[in-house]
Amino acid sequence: MALAEKILKGDIKAASRLMRDIDDEMDSATDELKVLYPQTGRAHVVGVTGSPGVGKSTLVDKMVEVLRRDSKTVGVIAVDPTSPFSGGAILGDRVRMQRHSTDEGVFIRSLATRGHLGGISRSTHDVIKVMDAMGKDIILVETVGVGQDEVDIVNAADTSIVVLVPGLGDDIQAIKAGILEIGDIFVINKCDQEGADRLEQELRIMLEMGQKSTDRWTPPIYRTEAIKGEGIEELVAGIQRHREVLQQEGLHQKQARQRARYEFLEILKSSLMKKLLQRLSKNGELDRIVDAMVKREKDPYTMAEEIIHKILP
Amino acid sequence: MEERKIRVLIAKPGLDGHDRGAKVIARALRDAVMEVIYTGIRQTPEQIAATAIQEGVDIVGLSCLSGAHNQLFPQVVQLLRQKGGDDIIVIGGGIIPYDDIPVLKKAGVAEVFQPGTSTQEIIRFIKERVAKRT
Repeated sequence: MALAEKILKGDIKAASRLMRDIDDEMDSATDELKVLYPQTGRAHVVGVTGSPGVGKSTLVDKMVEVLRRDSKTVGVIAVDPTSPFSGGAILGDRVRMQRHSTDEGVFIRSLATRGHLGGISRSTHDVIKVMDAMGKDIILVETVGVGQDEVDIVNAADTSIVVLVPGLGDDIQAIKAGILEIGDIFVINKCDQEGADRLEQELRIMLEMGQKSTDRWTPPIYRTEAIKGEGIEELVAGIQRHREVLQQEGLHQKQARQRARYEFLEILKSSLMKKLLQRLSKNGELDRIVDAMVKREKDPYTMAEEIIHKILP
Repeated sequence: MEERKIRVLIAKPGLDGHDRGAKVIARALRDAVMEVIYTGIRQTPEQIAATAIQEGVDIVGLSCLSGAHNQLFPQVVQLLRQKGGDDIIVIGGGIIPYDDIPVLKKAGVAEVFQPGTSTQEIIRFIKERVAKRT
């Protein structure tokens, strides 16, 4: 329990240590999170997602700058992929954000996906909670460079930002499902490049087609040139506006309920699986099941039912 | 329970921009199943220490080719101790004269690797040291 108490007292090292335990799936981390949970739910969580190379890290870096000017404390979670071959990872998003590393109002943590698909690591949800409990006003989560379907971030973020750039070929066609549906805010970065007007136009048409008359929020499109810091203030103001609309319209409550439900089921699923797997592998039952399947003596459906029946008669 | 993954910060303190060595090491450590945080060139000791704490690393690898290692490496060690990161192992590499190595070790640098060291040797050192610590 020691870590959680230290974190609530502002101990950075303890926070960092707990994030490590979460990432390494230590059982002790769960106990610490139990203590932290009542102190969470205050931070505004912003997801930043988009294809590789669209400038997510640079954008995050500039957003931190604007937020700090506004005296907001900021947490940043930057997710990079784990190599599927070696299991190692090079986490390089920080390179663009290093000027904030000595700012005590900013805490940046790099996470590797560790085989988890969906654009963020399995640990991301819980690391968000630690930063939330640390008292960060805003938490920016930069996903891995995603293509079409890696939209896990919506289950973690209050505001999801989708970053696009001109000149990725048949832009909108390539991304119309999935990632385009999750954006609360769209950013056209590198907007000095050719094709920005056309991209904006296509995007607008796309969004209008998807818009329902009952929607209380129309996703805005911001043009930025992150390298030069252009358009960032407007973008940060847009996040604030989204936050206000969420609160005014009672959407925030609805979102919170949805998320709580999702989160509980995920935790239930994974702890159930963990316990079950331990038991099945300990008494050799898993091996027997696999053998029976390979020899076609029994089918997996029946055997799964049998096991479930044993636990939940 | 899964084995703990080793986390390493590879950082370049000082003003030289020669990051080839640091990148080769980062790559080799990644292939040795470690998670490597890479922060790029021209980092101050303050930035490096703060990053090491925030990232919860086991070990910091410093690369310096400017000749300022006698200043910069001990500073990183000191700052880490001040911030409660005295359990974080610091190693160094780059163009470092033999005579400086004992001085650096006395200042708290765990090991100094000179040009020509195989990446396997560095990997072995890191794994042994981290295992010994925990």
